[in-house]
Amino acid sequence: MANYHFNFAIVWRYAAKLFDGLLLSIELAALTIAIGMAIGLVLALIELDGPRWAKPFIRGYVEFVRNVPLLLLVYLVFYGIPTAIDLEYDATTSFVATLAIYSGAYLVEILRAGLAAVPGGLIEAGKAIGLTPTGVLVHVRLPMALRIALPSLSNTYVSLFKDTSIASAIAVPELAYGMRWIETQTFRTVEVYLMATPIYLVTSYAILLLLRQVERRYAIARQGK
Amino acid sequence: MTLYLQTLPFLLDGLLITLLVSVGVVLLSILVGIPAGCALVFGPLWARVPIRLYADFVRGVPILVLLYFVYYGLPAIKVNLPSLTAAIVALTAFKTAQIIEIARGAFQSIPIGQTEAAKSIGLGLFDRFVYVLAPQAVRRFLPPFINSVVDTVKGSSLVSLLGIVDLMLSLQQVIGRTHVALPLYAMGALMYFAINFPLSALSRRLERRFV
Repeated sequence: MANYHFNFAIVWRYAAKLFDGLLLSIELAALTIAIGMAIGLVLALIELDGPRWAKPFIRGYVEFVRNVPLLLLVYLVFYGIPTAIDLEYDATTSFVATLAIYSGAYLVEILRAGLAAVPGGLIEAGKAIGLTPTGVLVHVRLPMALRIALPSLSNTYVSLFKDTSIASAIAVPELAYGMRWIETQTFRTVEVYLMATPIYLVTSYAILLLLRQVERRYAIARQGK
Repeated sequence: MTLYLQTLPFLLDGLLITLLVSVGVVLLSILVGIPAGCALVFGPLWARVPIRLYADFVRGVPILVLLYFVYYGLPAIKVNLPSLTAAIVALTAFKTAQIIEIARGAFQSIPIGQTEAAKSIGLGLFDRFVYVLAPQAVRRFLPPFINSVVDTVKGSSLVSLLGIVDLMLSLQQVIGRTHVALPLYAMGALMYFAINFPLSALSRRLERRFV
Protein backbone atom coordinates (compact mmCIF):
# COMPACT_ATOMS: atom_id res chain seq x y z
CA MET A 1 0.00 0.00 0.00
CA ALA A 2 2.83 2.34 0.95
CA ASN A 3 4.33 2.44 -2.52
CA TYR A 4 1.13 3.18 -4.36
CA HIS A 5 0.82 6.75 -5.58
CA PHE A 6 -2.77 7.79 -5.81
CA ASN A 7 -3.78 9.88 -8.75
CA PHE A 8 -7.46 10.63 -8.78
CA ALA A 9 -7.16 13.55 -11.21
CA ILE A 10 -6.77 11.34 -14.25
CA VAL A 11 -9.66 9.12 -13.23
CA TRP A 12 -11.77 12.16 -12.45
CA ARG A 13 -11.46 13.22 -16.08
CA TYR A 14 -13.50 10.18 -17.03
CA ALA A 15 -15.98 10.51 -14.18
CA ALA A 16 -18.76 11.05 -16.71
CA LYS A 17 -18.34 7.40 -17.75
CA LEU A 18 -19.20 6.36 -14.21
CA PHE A 19 -22.06 8.81 -13.87
CA ASP A 20 -23.65 7.85 -17.20
CA GLY A 21 -23.03 4.22 -16.31
CA LEU A 22 -24.84 4.61 -13.01
CA LEU A 23 -27.80 6.25 -14.74
CA LEU A 24 -27.97 3.41 -17.25
CA SER A 25 -27.71 0.83 -14.46
CA ILE A 26 -30.64 2.43 -12.67
CA GLU A 27 -32.63 2.66 -15.89
CA LEU A 28 -31.93 -1.00 -16.67
CA ALA A 29 -33.00 -1.99 -13.17
CA ALA A 30 -36.19 0.11 -13.28
CA LEU A 31 -37.17 -1.18 -16.71
CA THR A 32 -36.57 -4.83 -15.88
CA ILE A 33 -38.39 -4.52 -12.57
CA ALA A 34 -41.42 -3.02 -14.36
CA ILE A 35 -41.49 -5.78 -16.98
CA GLY A 36 -40.59 -8.47 -14.47
CA MET A 37 -43.42 -7.39 -12.14
CA ALA A 38 -45.88 -7.62 -15.03
CA ILE A 39 -44.63 -11.12 -15.91
CA GLY A 40 -44.65 -12.13 -12.26
CA LEU A 41 -48.13 -10.82 -11.53
CA VAL A 42 -49.77 -12.35 -14.59
CA LEU A 43 -48.12 -15.73 -14.07
CA ALA A 44 -48.86 -15.75 -10.33
CA LEU A 45 -52.55 -15.09 -11.04
CA ILE A 46 -52.64 -17.79 -13.71
CA GLU A 47 -50.96 -20.22 -11.37
CA LEU A 48 -53.46 -19.53 -8.59
CA ASP A 49 -56.70 -19.04 -10.52
CA GLY A 50 -55.97 -20.20 -14.04
CA PRO A 51 -56.51 -23.53 -15.77
CA ARG A 52 -54.72 -26.50 -14.34
CA TRP A 53 -52.77 -27.28 -17.53
CA ALA A 54 -50.98 -23.91 -17.31
CA LYS A 55 -49.37 -24.70 -13.99
CA PRO A 56 -46.63 -27.13 -15.17
CA PHE A 57 -45.51 -24.59 -17.78
CA ILE A 58 -45.16 -21.85 -15.20
CA ARG A 59 -43.34 -24.20 -12.82
CA GLY A 60 -41.03 -25.23 -15.66
CA TYR A 61 -40.20 -21.61 -16.46
CA VAL A 62 -39.58 -20.70 -12.84
CA GLU A 63 -37.44 -23.75 -12.09
CA PHE A 64 -35.40 -23.46 -15.27
CA VAL A 65 -34.59 -19.78 -14.89
CA ARG A 66 -33.85 -19.96 -11.18
CA ASN A 67 -31.39 -22.82 -11.55
CA VAL A 68 -29.31 -21.48 -14.44
CA PRO A 69 -26.67 -18.71 -14.16
CA LEU A 70 -27.82 -15.25 -15.26
CA LEU A 71 -24.62 -14.86 -17.30
CA LEU A 72 -25.48 -17.95 -19.33
CA LEU A 73 -29.00 -16.67 -19.98
CA VAL A 74 -27.53 -13.32 -21.05
CA TYR A 75 -25.23 -15.05 -23.54
CA LEU A 76 -27.98 -17.39 -24.67
CA VAL A 77 -30.30 -14.52 -25.52
CA PHE A 78 -27.63 -12.22 -27.00
CA TYR A 79 -25.44 -14.68 -28.92
CA GLY A 80 -27.58 -17.82 -29.14
CA ILE A 81 -31.07 -16.81 -30.20
CA PRO A 82 -30.10 -14.58 -33.18
CA THR A 83 -28.32 -17.59 -34.78
CA ALA A 84 -31.51 -19.62 -34.69
CA ILE A 85 -34.18 -17.11 -35.66
CA ASP A 86 -34.04 -14.05 -37.85
CA LEU A 87 -34.23 -11.35 -35.23
CA GLU A 88 -31.93 -8.43 -34.59
CA TYR A 89 -31.58 -6.53 -31.34
CA ASP A 90 -28.86 -4.54 -29.63
CA ALA A 91 -27.08 -5.54 -26.45
CA THR A 92 -29.14 -3.26 -24.19
CA THR A 93 -32.49 -4.56 -25.43
CA SER A 94 -31.19 -8.08 -25.18
CA PHE A 95 -30.06 -7.55 -21.59
CA VAL A 96 -33.32 -5.92 -20.52
CA ALA A 97 -35.27 -8.83 -21.99
CA THR A 98 -33.02 -11.38 -20.26
CA LEU A 99 -33.06 -9.71 -16.86
CA ALA A 100 -36.83 -9.22 -17.11
CA ILE A 101 -37.32 -12.94 -17.80
CA TYR A 102 -34.89 -13.74 -14.99
CA SER A 103 -36.54 -11.40 -12.49
CA GLY A 104 -39.98 -12.64 -13.53
CA ALA A 105 -39.12 -16.11 -12.24
CA TYR A 106 -38.25 -14.71 -8.82
CA LEU A 107 -41.16 -12.28 -8.70
CA VAL A 108 -43.73 -14.97 -9.58
CA GLU A 109 -42.80 -16.85 -6.43
CA ILE A 110 -42.94 -13.77 -4.21
CA LEU A 111 -46.22 -12.51 -5.65
CA ARG A 112 -47.84 -15.93 -5.56
CA ALA A 113 -46.95 -16.24 -1.88
CA GLY A 114 -48.32 -12.72 -1.32
CA LEU A 115 -51.59 -13.45 -3.12
CA ALA A 116 -51.97 -16.75 -1.30
CA ALA A 117 -51.53 -14.98 2.05
CA VAL A 118 -54.49 -12.64 1.57
CA PRO A 119 -57.00 -13.77 4.22
CA GLY A 120 -59.99 -15.59 2.71
CA GLY A 121 -62.36 -13.55 4.85
CA LEU A 122 -61.36 -10.34 3.10
CA ILE A 123 -62.05 -11.84 -0.33
CA GLU A 124 -65.45 -13.06 0.90
CA ALA A 125 -66.15 -9.63 2.34
CA GLY A 126 -65.32 -8.14 -1.04
CA LYS A 127 -67.77 -10.50 -2.72
CA ALA A 128 -70.38 -9.79 -0.07
CA ILE A 129 -70.38 -6.05 -0.80
CA GLY A 130 -71.00 -6.90 -4.45
CA LEU A 131 -67.58 -6.56 -6.06
CA THR A 132 -67.06 -8.44 -9.31
CA PRO A 133 -64.09 -10.87 -9.43
CA THR A 134 -62.07 -8.12 -11.14
CA GLY A 135 -63.18 -5.68 -8.46
CA VAL A 136 -62.07 -8.08 -5.74
CA LEU A 137 -58.74 -8.49 -7.50
CA VAL A 138 -58.10 -4.77 -7.95
CA HIS A 139 -59.47 -3.45 -4.67
CA VAL A 140 -58.82 -6.32 -2.25
CA ARG A 141 -56.36 -8.97 -3.36
CA LEU A 142 -53.69 -6.91 -5.13
CA PRO A 143 -53.34 -4.13 -2.55
CA MET A 144 -53.12 -6.70 0.24
CA ALA A 145 -50.80 -9.05 -1.63
CA LEU A 146 -48.40 -6.27 -2.59
CA ARG A 147 -48.24 -5.03 0.99
CA ILE A 148 -47.57 -8.53 2.28
CA ALA A 149 -44.91 -9.15 -0.37
CA LEU A 150 -43.20 -5.77 0.01
CA PRO A 151 -40.21 -6.81 2.20
CA SER A 152 -39.31 -9.67 -0.17
CA LEU A 153 -39.85 -7.41 -3.16
CA SER A 154 -37.42 -4.77 -1.83
CA ASN A 155 -34.66 -7.34 -1.40
CA THR A 156 -35.22 -8.67 -4.91
CA TYR A 157 -35.21 -5.14 -6.38
CA VAL A 158 -31.85 -4.37 -4.78
CA SER A 159 -30.30 -7.59 -5.98
CA LEU A 160 -31.65 -6.89 -9.48
CA PHE A 161 -29.91 -3.53 -9.39
CA LYS A 162 -26.67 -5.31 -8.54
CA ASP A 163 -27.31 -7.88 -11.27
CA THR A 164 -27.28 -5.12 -13.88
CA SER A 165 -23.48 -5.24 -13.53
CA ILE A 166 -23.56 -8.48 -15.54
CA ALA A 167 -24.63 -6.42 -18.58
CA SER A 168 -20.98 -5.36 -18.84
CA ALA A 169 -20.23 -8.89 -20.13
CA ILE A 170 -22.01 -8.03 -23.39
CA ALA A 171 -20.62 -4.47 -23.44
CA VAL A 172 -23.71 -2.59 -22.30
CA PRO A 173 -22.15 0.67 -21.07
CA GLU A 174 -23.48 0.57 -17.50
CA LEU A 175 -21.54 1.28 -14.31
CA ALA A 176 -19.38 -1.88 -14.16
CA TYR A 177 -18.53 -1.44 -17.82
CA GLY A 178 -17.58 2.21 -17.30
CA MET A 179 -15.41 1.13 -14.39
CA ARG A 180 -13.53 -1.44 -16.47
CA TRP A 181 -13.28 1.00 -19.37
CA ILE A 182 -11.60 3.69 -17.29
CA GLU A 183 -9.33 1.08 -15.77
CA THR A 184 -8.08 -0.17 -19.12
CA GLN A 185 -7.65 3.41 -20.35
CA THR A 186 -5.75 4.79 -17.38
CA PHE A 187 -4.45 1.79 -15.40
CA ARG A 188 -5.44 3.68 -12.23
CA THR A 189 -7.06 0.52 -10.92
CA VAL A 190 -7.30 1.28 -7.21
CA GLU A 191 -8.67 4.78 -7.78
CA VAL A 192 -11.39 3.52 -10.12
CA TYR A 193 -12.50 0.90 -7.63
CA LEU A 194 -12.39 3.41 -4.80
CA MET A 195 -14.85 5.48 -6.78
CA ALA A 196 -17.08 2.81 -8.33
CA THR A 197 -17.54 0.59 -5.27
CA PRO A 198 -19.00 3.38 -3.10
CA ILE A 199 -21.30 4.32 -5.98
CA TYR A 200 -22.75 0.80 -6.01
CA LEU A 201 -22.85 0.67 -2.22
CA VAL A 202 -24.58 4.03 -1.79
CA THR A 203 -27.08 3.37 -4.58
CA SER A 204 -27.96 -0.11 -3.27
CA TYR A 205 -28.58 1.22 0.21
CA ALA A 206 -30.41 4.29 -1.07
CA ILE A 207 -32.80 2.00 -2.95
CA LEU A 208 -33.16 -0.24 0.11
CA LEU A 209 -33.82 2.66 2.50
CA LEU A 210 -36.34 4.16 0.12
CA LEU A 211 -38.19 0.84 -0.09
CA ARG A 212 -38.03 0.42 3.71
CA GLN A 213 -39.79 3.79 3.97
CA VAL A 214 -42.48 2.52 1.62
CA GLU A 215 -42.75 -0.66 3.70
CA ARG A 216 -43.22 1.35 6.88
CA ARG A 217 -45.82 3.56 5.24
CA TYR A 218 -47.85 0.58 4.02
CA ALA A 219 -47.15 -1.87 6.82
CA ILE A 220 -50.05 -4.08 7.78
CA ALA A 221 -50.87 -4.33 11.44
CA ARG A 222 -50.54 -8.07 11.95
CA GLN A 223 -53.57 -9.61 13.60
CA GLY A 224 -54.26 -13.13 14.75
CA LYS A 225 -56.91 -14.93 12.75
CA MET B 1 -25.06 -35.72 -32.40
CA THR B 2 -21.35 -36.49 -32.91
CA LEU B 3 -20.71 -32.79 -32.42
CA TYR B 4 -22.18 -32.91 -28.94
CA LEU B 5 -20.23 -36.03 -28.08
CA GLN B 6 -17.02 -34.42 -29.31
CA THR B 7 -17.55 -31.27 -27.27
CA LEU B 8 -18.51 -33.18 -24.16
CA PRO B 9 -14.94 -33.79 -22.82
CA PHE B 10 -14.21 -30.04 -22.98
CA LEU B 11 -17.43 -29.18 -21.22
CA LEU B 12 -16.82 -31.80 -18.55
CA ASP B 13 -13.36 -30.34 -17.86
CA GLY B 14 -15.06 -27.00 -17.43
CA LEU B 15 -17.75 -28.52 -15.26
CA LEU B 16 -15.04 -29.90 -12.99
CA ILE B 17 -13.63 -26.39 -12.45
CA THR B 18 -17.15 -25.05 -11.82
CA LEU B 19 -17.66 -27.73 -9.18
CA LEU B 20 -14.21 -27.18 -7.68
CA VAL B 21 -14.81 -23.44 -7.35
CA SER B 22 -18.31 -23.94 -5.93
CA VAL B 23 -17.31 -26.58 -3.38
CA GLY B 24 -14.23 -24.60 -2.32
CA VAL B 25 -16.24 -21.42 -1.89
CA VAL B 26 -19.03 -23.11 0.06
CA LEU B 27 -16.63 -24.92 2.43
CA LEU B 28 -14.48 -21.85 3.08
CA SER B 29 -17.42 -19.57 3.62
CA ILE B 30 -19.03 -22.02 6.07
CA LEU B 31 -15.75 -22.16 7.96
CA VAL B 32 -15.63 -18.38 8.33
CA GLY B 33 -19.31 -17.47 8.09
CA ILE B 34 -20.85 -19.65 10.77
CA PRO B 35 -18.49 -18.61 13.60
CA ALA B 36 -18.84 -15.01 12.47
CA GLY B 37 -22.63 -15.36 12.36
CA CYS B 38 -22.64 -16.78 15.91
CA ALA B 39 -20.38 -13.94 17.04
CA LEU B 40 -22.85 -11.49 15.50
CA VAL B 41 -25.66 -12.91 17.64
CA PHE B 42 -23.88 -13.83 20.88
CA GLY B 43 -20.62 -11.89 20.74
CA PRO B 44 -19.55 -8.67 22.43
CA LEU B 45 -20.05 -5.32 20.75
CA TRP B 46 -16.44 -5.01 19.54
CA ALA B 47 -16.93 -8.24 17.57
CA ARG B 48 -20.43 -7.43 16.33
CA VAL B 49 -19.65 -4.04 14.82
CA PRO B 50 -16.92 -5.10 12.35
CA ILE B 51 -18.88 -8.22 11.31
CA ARG B 52 -22.02 -6.13 10.74
CA LEU B 53 -20.05 -3.59 8.69
CA TYR B 54 -18.37 -6.32 6.68
CA ALA B 55 -21.61 -8.13 5.85
CA ASP B 56 -23.42 -4.91 4.93
CA PHE B 57 -20.54 -3.69 2.81
CA VAL B 58 -20.12 -6.89 0.81
CA ARG B 59 -23.84 -7.36 0.24
CA GLY B 60 -24.16 -3.84 -1.17
CA VAL B 61 -21.69 -4.46 -4.00
CA PRO B 62 -22.21 -6.72 -7.06
CA ILE B 63 -20.21 -9.99 -7.06
CA LEU B 64 -18.73 -9.01 -10.39
CA VAL B 65 -17.22 -5.84 -8.91
CA LEU B 66 -15.74 -7.88 -6.03
CA LEU B 67 -14.24 -10.32 -8.52
CA TYR B 68 -12.68 -7.54 -10.58
CA PHE B 69 -11.50 -5.83 -7.42
CA VAL B 70 -9.64 -8.89 -6.13
CA TYR B 71 -8.23 -9.88 -9.50
CA TYR B 72 -7.40 -6.50 -11.06
CA GLY B 73 -7.40 -4.16 -8.06
CA LEU B 74 -5.31 -5.96 -5.45
CA PRO B 75 -2.20 -6.40 -7.65
CA ALA B 76 -1.84 -2.60 -7.56
CA ILE B 77 -1.11 -2.89 -3.84
CA LYS B 78 1.21 -5.85 -4.41
CA VAL B 79 -1.26 -8.62 -3.67
CA ASN B 80 -0.95 -10.67 -6.83
CA LEU B 81 -3.23 -13.70 -6.83
CA PRO B 82 -3.51 -16.25 -9.63
CA SER B 83 -6.91 -16.08 -11.31
CA LEU B 84 -8.38 -19.21 -9.72
CA THR B 85 -7.31 -18.13 -6.22
CA ALA B 86 -8.58 -14.61 -6.82
CA ALA B 87 -11.93 -15.98 -7.98
CA ILE B 88 -12.28 -18.23 -4.93
CA VAL B 89 -11.26 -15.40 -2.57
CA ALA B 90 -13.77 -12.97 -4.08
CA LEU B 91 -16.65 -15.44 -4.22
CA THR B 92 -15.86 -16.61 -0.68
CA ALA B 93 -15.88 -13.02 0.58
CA PHE B 94 -19.35 -12.63 -0.91
CA LYS B 95 -20.69 -15.99 0.24
CA THR B 96 -19.34 -15.49 3.77
CA ALA B 97 -21.44 -12.35 4.12
CA GLN B 98 -24.52 -14.30 3.08
CA ILE B 99 -23.75 -17.20 5.43
CA ILE B 100 -23.32 -14.71 8.28
CA GLU B 101 -26.79 -13.34 7.56
CA ILE B 102 -28.36 -16.79 7.26
CA ALA B 103 -26.77 -17.95 10.52
CA ARG B 104 -27.88 -14.76 12.28
CA GLY B 105 -31.41 -15.22 10.97
CA ALA B 106 -31.44 -18.85 12.09
CA PHE B 107 -30.54 -17.96 15.67
CA GLN B 108 -32.64 -14.84 15.93
CA SER B 109 -35.80 -16.54 14.70
CA ILE B 110 -35.73 -18.85 17.72
CA PRO B 111 -38.28 -17.49 20.23
CA ILE B 112 -36.71 -15.85 23.26
CA GLY B 113 -38.80 -18.19 25.43
CA GLN B 114 -36.50 -21.05 24.49
CA THR B 115 -33.51 -19.26 25.97
CA GLU B 116 -35.49 -18.26 29.05
CA ALA B 117 -36.73 -21.81 29.57
CA ALA B 118 -33.19 -23.16 29.20
CA LYS B 119 -31.93 -20.64 31.73
CA SER B 120 -34.70 -21.48 34.15
CA ILE B 121 -33.77 -25.17 34.18
CA GLY B 122 -30.23 -24.12 35.01
CA LEU B 123 -28.36 -24.56 31.72
CA GLY B 124 -25.20 -22.47 31.33
CA LEU B 125 -24.30 -20.55 28.19
CA PHE B 126 -22.50 -23.50 26.62
CA ASP B 127 -25.26 -26.04 27.36
CA ARG B 128 -27.93 -23.60 26.21
CA PHE B 129 -26.12 -23.26 22.92
CA VAL B 130 -25.43 -26.96 22.36
CA TYR B 131 -28.71 -28.50 23.56
CA VAL B 132 -31.29 -25.81 22.91
CA LEU B 133 -30.29 -23.19 20.38
CA ALA B 134 -27.98 -24.98 17.94
CA PRO B 135 -30.31 -27.92 17.12
CA GLN B 136 -33.15 -25.52 16.35
CA ALA B 137 -30.91 -23.14 14.45
CA VAL B 138 -29.62 -25.90 12.15
CA ARG B 139 -33.17 -26.61 10.96
CA ARG B 140 -33.74 -22.97 10.14
CA PHE B 141 -30.28 -22.63 8.64
CA LEU B 142 -30.41 -25.49 6.14
CA PRO B 143 -33.12 -24.43 3.63
CA PRO B 144 -31.73 -20.92 2.94
CA PHE B 145 -28.20 -22.31 3.05
CA ILE B 146 -28.91 -24.83 0.29
CA ASN B 147 -30.49 -22.05 -1.75
CA SER B 148 -27.31 -20.10 -1.32
CA VAL B 149 -25.31 -23.13 -2.56
CA VAL B 150 -27.41 -22.94 -5.72
CA ASP B 151 -26.51 -19.25 -5.95
CA THR B 152 -22.84 -20.17 -5.56
CA VAL B 153 -22.94 -22.56 -8.50
CA LYS B 154 -24.71 -19.91 -10.56
CA GLY B 155 -22.35 -17.17 -9.41
CA SER B 156 -19.31 -19.31 -10.20
CA SER B 157 -20.09 -18.72 -13.89
CA LEU B 158 -18.75 -15.17 -13.40
CA VAL B 159 -15.21 -16.54 -12.97
CA SER B 160 -15.25 -17.09 -16.75
CA LEU B 161 -14.88 -13.30 -17.02
CA LEU B 162 -11.46 -13.61 -15.35
CA GLY B 163 -10.43 -16.13 -17.99
CA ILE B 164 -10.86 -19.23 -15.86
CA VAL B 165 -12.05 -22.09 -18.05
CA ASP B 166 -15.08 -23.20 -16.09
CA LEU B 167 -18.23 -24.66 -17.65
CA MET B 168 -19.28 -21.19 -18.86
CA LEU B 169 -16.00 -20.36 -20.59
CA SER B 170 -15.49 -23.86 -22.00
CA LEU B 171 -18.96 -23.46 -23.47
CA GLN B 172 -17.93 -20.13 -25.02
CA GLN B 173 -14.75 -21.69 -26.42
CA VAL B 174 -16.57 -24.66 -27.92
CA ILE B 175 -19.12 -22.32 -29.48
CA GLY B 176 -16.28 -20.17 -30.83
CA ARG B 177 -14.88 -23.21 -32.61
CA THR B 178 -18.07 -24.85 -33.83
CA HIS B 179 -20.38 -21.85 -34.37
CA VAL B 180 -23.28 -23.89 -33.05
CA ALA B 181 -24.51 -21.40 -30.51
CA LEU B 182 -28.05 -22.02 -29.38
CA PRO B 183 -28.00 -25.82 -28.92
CA LEU B 184 -24.71 -25.67 -27.03
CA TYR B 185 -25.92 -22.88 -24.75
CA ALA B 186 -29.02 -24.93 -24.11
CA MET B 187 -26.86 -27.94 -23.30
CA GLY B 188 -24.75 -25.88 -20.88
CA ALA B 189 -27.92 -24.55 -19.27
CA LEU B 190 -29.13 -28.11 -18.77
CA MET B 191 -25.82 -29.04 -17.14
CA TYR B 192 -26.17 -26.20 -14.63
CA PHE B 193 -29.80 -27.13 -14.17
CA ALA B 194 -28.88 -30.75 -13.48
CA ILE B 195 -26.68 -29.64 -10.58
CA ASN B 196 -28.95 -26.97 -9.18
CA PHE B 197 -32.44 -28.36 -9.54
CA PRO B 198 -31.95 -31.28 -7.11
CA LEU B 199 -30.50 -28.82 -4.58
CA SER B 200 -33.43 -26.42 -4.97
CA ALA B 201 -35.87 -29.31 -4.60
CA LEU B 202 -34.05 -30.52 -1.48
CA SER B 203 -34.17 -27.02 -0.01
CA ARG B 204 -37.92 -26.82 -0.54
CA ARG B 205 -38.46 -30.22 1.06
CA LEU B 206 -36.40 -29.34 4.10
CA GLU B 207 -38.26 -26.07 4.39
CA ARG B 208 -41.61 -27.86 4.41
CA ARG B 209 -40.38 -30.37 6.93
CA PHE B 210 -38.59 -28.04 9.33
CA VAL B 211 -40.31 -24.71 9.31
